[in-house]
Amino acid sequence: MIPLSHIIIFSLIIFTIGMVGALSRRNVFIVLMSIELMLNAVNIALIGVSSAMGNLIGQVLAIFIITVAAGEAAVGLAIVVALYRNRLTVNVDAINLLKW
Amino acid sequence: MMVLILAVVLIPLLGATINGLFCWFTKRKAHIIAVPAIAIPAIVSLILLARVLQGERFDQVLYWWIPLGDFRVPIGFLLDELSAIMITTVTFVATWIHVYSIGYMDHETPRGYAKYFCYLNLFVFFMLTLCLANNFLLMFVGWEGVGLCSYLLIGYWYEKASAANAGMKAFVVNRIGDFGFMIGLFLIYKHLGTLLFSQAFASAEQLSVGVATLITLLLFTGATGKSAQIPLYVWLPDAMEGPTPVSSLIHAATMVTAGVYMVARTHALFNMAPLSMEVVASIGAATALMAATMALVNNDLKRILAYSTVSQLGYMFVGVGVGVYAAGIFHLFTHAFFKGLMFLTAGSVMHALHGELNLQKMGGLIKKMPITGWTFVVGALAIAGIPPLAGFWSKDEILAGAFMGGHRIIWAVGTFTAFLTAFYMFRLIFLTFFGEPREKHLYDHAHESPPVMTIPLIVLAVGSAVVGLLALAPHGGIVGFLNRTLGEAHEAAGHEGGLTYILMVISVAMGVAGVVLAYFMYMKRMPDPVAMARNFRPVYTLLYNKYYVDEIYFAFIVNPVVGGSRYALWKFVDVIIIDGAVNGVGRLCRLVGGGLRYIQTGFIPDYAWMILVGAVVIYWIGRLF
Amino acid sequence: MNVTVPMPNLSLVVPEILMVILACGLLLVDLFIPKDRKRVVGYIALAGVVVVGVVTAAFWGKMAQPATTFSGTFVLDRFALFFKEVFLFTTGITILISLKYLEIEKVSLGEYYALMLFCTLGMMIMVSGADLIVIYLGIETMALSVYVLAGFMKFDHKCTEAALKYFLLGVFISGILLYGITLIYAATGSTQLAQVAAVIKEKGLAKNPLLVLAMFMLAAGLGLEIAMAPFHFWAPDVYEGAPTPITAFISVAPKAAAFAALVRIFYHGIQLLEPQWQILLWIICAVTMTIGNVTALMQQNVKRMLAYSSVAHAGYILLGVLAANQVGVQGIAFYFFAYAFMNMGAFGLVIYLRRENIVGDDIDDFKGLAQTHPLLAVIMVVFLLSLAGIPPTAGFVGKFLLFAAAIKAGFYWLVALAALNSVVALFYYFRIAKAMYMQSPEPLPQLSPGRGLVLALVVVGVFTLFFGIYPQPLMSLAKDTAHTFMMFLS
Repeated sequence: MIPLSHIIIFSLIIFTIGMVGALSRRNVFIVLMSIELMLNAVNIALIGVSSAMGNLIGQVLAIFIITVAAGEAAVGLAIVVALYRNRLTVNVDAINLLKW
Repeated sequence: MMVLILAVVLIPLLGATINGLFCWFTKRKAHIIAVPAIAIPAIVSLILLARVLQGERFDQVLYWWIPLGDFRVPIGFLLDELSAIMITTVTFVATWIHVYSIGYMDHETPRGYAKYFCYLNLFVFFMLTLCLANNFLLMFVGWEGVGLCSYLLIGYWYEKASAANAGMKAFVVNRIGDFGFMIGLFLIYKHLGTLLFSQAFASAEQLSVGVATLITLLLFTGATGKSAQIPLYVWLPDAMEGPTPVSSLIHAATMVTAGVYMVARTHALFNMAPLSMEVVASIGAATALMAATMALVNNDLKRILAYSTVSQLGYMFVGVGVGVYAAGIFHLFTHAFFKGLMFLTAGSVMHALHGELNLQKMGGLIKKMPITGWTFVVGALAIAGIPPLAGFWSKDEILAGAFMGGHRIIWAVGTFTAFLTAFYMFRLIFLTFFGEPREKHLYDHAHESPPVMTIPLIVLAVGSAVVGLLALAPHGGIVGFLNRTLGEAHEAAGHEGGLTYILMVISVAMGVAGVVLAYFMYMKRMPDPVAMARNFRPVYTLLYNKYYVDEIYFAFIVNPVVGGSRYALWKFVDVIIIDGAVNGVGRLCRLVGGGLRYIQTGFIPDYAWMILVGAVVIYWIGRLF
Repeated sequence: MNVTVPMPNLSLVVPEILMVILACGLLLVDLFIPKDRKRVVGYIALAGVVVVGVVTAAFWGKMAQPATTFSGTFVLDRFALFFKEVFLFTTGITILISLKYLEIEKVSLGEYYALMLFCTLGMMIMVSGADLIVIYLGIETMALSVYVLAGFMKFDHKCTEAALKYFLLGVFISGILLYGITLIYAATGSTQLAQVAAVIKEKGLAKNPLLVLAMFMLAAGLGLEIAMAPFHFWAPDVYEGAPTPITAFISVAPKAAAFAALVRIFYHGIQLLEPQWQILLWIICAVTMTIGNVTALMQQNVKRMLAYSSVAHAGYILLGVLAANQVGVQGIAFYFFAYAFMNMGAFGLVIYLRRENIVGDDIDDFKGLAQTHPLLAVIMVVFLLSLAGIPPTAGFVGKFLLFAAAIKAGFYWLVALAALNSVVALFYYFRIAKAMYMQSPEPLPQLSPGRGLVLALVVVGVFTLFFGIYPQPLMSLAKDTAHTFMMFLS
């Protein structure tokens, strides 16, 4: 059986990749995908912990997270589409009308 | 009873709210709301007074504001003999001032008119709050409220620089006094652990004499500010810049009497501190004399009245200072009538002469405006202490109290001041209403005021003539009535038959002498006042310049503070410390704020980075501890 | 593993169920209402919110003791009820101030109201969550609706940008929040607050670094909605760009919900970590107050200024969280009602000034308001006084309670800093007052406010003053709230 620490470290690596992606990529879609990666890292950790603990709470939360992530993606894409119609760009570097 | 008291307090507030919020709607009709908003409380006050006469009392906490553990702030009202007399006086006089204002303010813009009545109602509201409060904090709310309203009303014509300055002066000088008052309140709370009058006074005897003296002196500092006593009286004469009915309201019923009322209300504390009583009486006497002398030579109609108010307030403080609290309040009561009356007549004269205030340009006006003139004479006789008019009774009570209490010097000063009072008042009358007109042009255009202004004059004149007779009412008259709450500090004021009459005769003689002297000087020109002024040039100049008090304040307090920091300290202290601390902090904040804005770049990744870095830094600092 | 699912006690979730029915029903009803009459949807939503508010209030008397359902994951106590009323009140006022605004902006759509109700539903679940999963679900229900609402004017450049910013940062932070939940789960084996607390106590995990990190991650996740530093960066931009009624809504309701959840997690779940979270919140509180107030000083845009001001207010409220005593919770509860009154009012004024071609959110738009609309100016002054915390307004009472709680808990320096900050705050609030009273107006077209807006302004204005002069009723409710909440703790 894979020890829990391996799963946690694995999930942390994925989480960090996701976070770095979210922080450094400029295309909104890639930022969104990176954030999904972060959420999936959480799922991995949850399921690992769940099996180590021997209760279902982690798995329940993981399923909720998957559901919510789907909703988030839908809302996010809708916002990006609305923005694209106005600005003709999906580059986060070009979006700073609101500042200071 | 609670409902009636609430009605008295809240109806003026309601009036102010309506006129304040809907001035675009009420406009010229503002008085339809404002006058009943005072008149109804006046009637209710009479009902309340009648019930108090029958021996009822009311002292109840309405609710506790922010009740939090031990710290509780009471909101509640107290109606006893003292506050009943106060609210009756305030509402009655204020009602007629409101009526009078309808005529006086008719040249204002519609919105200004509504605003004026809004302030006026608000002013009365705060004064009633002050008088009816059953605890120090609510009293303080009223206390600050009247200060605020006086600032608004004195600076009502704020386009005029002098009016704005006068408003400012009143505000600043009052702040100085209020600071003392506030510290007094803290000390009371600290030593007695309560803000309620009933509890504080009941446990007042636990105070050591030293603490009681400190507290009462601090309270009295507040009173000198509000009631225009030495050394903080300077704002009152300048307060003339406001509309005349406002002066009338400030001088007669609201604001300046607050200090006297407060001392009488806290008499339980003052009784504990003989030294403070001595200070109060002495300052009162000194103020009475000083203000009266300043009024002798002044040529400004309203300023003379203002000095006369300062002087009369001095009498009231003599009264409360020598322990005859009831006499002091009685004088406050009669004074409200005749001073209110005299200011309104002065306003009537101004109205007729298009704002002219210089006595030397008037003369003979009694033919043009008989009602104004004769009502003024009634007021002047009252203030001069000629029996049986109002001033005689109350002034006599105070002077008798002072004499019986062993304060012979204060009695002498007071009696002499009575002479001066009669003199300057009749100087004013002879110069204004009698003799030959000195400015033909002004005289020709003079006219009697409309009935809406003269009726209040007549009512107040009748009041000035008769309210003094209340002293003769059964059970010790009004003084006996007030003494039910106030008690007397010492029994010396018992009536020792002959002596009382002698004192009475002396003070009447002084009053008559003043009138007669004024008659000879200003009607018969013998001795000629101009020649007198020339012969006593130094004295005249000194008086004419009001003892240079304003100049002294400027030279020793205002200029050193302003000028010192500007010139002497400017080079290093100001630039580095004062500027750095006062302006600098503000500037620094704005600079930092201006700079900090630019962290907000508007780019999402920047925000994410800053959140991450900020969080890590905070987490790291947090873990260090 | 053998899992049995007991039947939950549904009577405790009646308000939430009603809310779901109302919101879904609204979406259906919306189909049958013609395009030019969409405000009818608003009226229905408002009526529904009032009904739910009454139903929720009816629980008050019965809830002297907290009750749980859904296997202890959903708790109903007075604390939750009080905050639910805050949300419902805010929602109601927001609907009132939206009616006319949406028509001016030409986005009068029925979904708007449905989304707002879903958002309220999310917050109601959030404050009742006794389990981190439930709290998370509540947050997401709220957040997803708010993202859409923030970008509701989809042809407006600023508005869509605001929505994107809010969305991306929100989702980013929710990832961190989830990791925090996972860590707590990993350390204690449960996500239920009561069990987490029990395990921490049992195993002596109070100093466990994993838990401390998890605690901070949870604070970060909730801190975004609270808008506390350094998680506040989205706030000014989103406040400025979002439709003004939504700005008003965001500035009050989600903040209140996040605070309620934070307090519940910190007091009932990880209270044994108190020394750890106190240090962190101490720093955050100090930074939040200062950044909010100082940055607000130089703002020219009133919505943006109020955004920074709301950051600063989050700092004041953190004082109550830090204090961790009954007065603190009472203060937080009271403050949120007061804050709802005054902030909704101030934003309502900005909406009032909205007209063709003028957004009404520049400080110059307030010039000379005292001359053209004296009544409006007076009401605005009341809100400003309250925001600045000057008696006799509700804002003062709230601030007083928070400061008193912090002093009681011994945070003298922080209270001193807060007092200093209040002085700084005076400066920018009175910039608006100065513009209204000291400057002369520019010729402006007639304002055309809706009746709903006027009603809302009058209601919140009167409440602001009333609860400033006579705070007792609200204070005793807040006291009951705090009492049962802290009783459960000991």
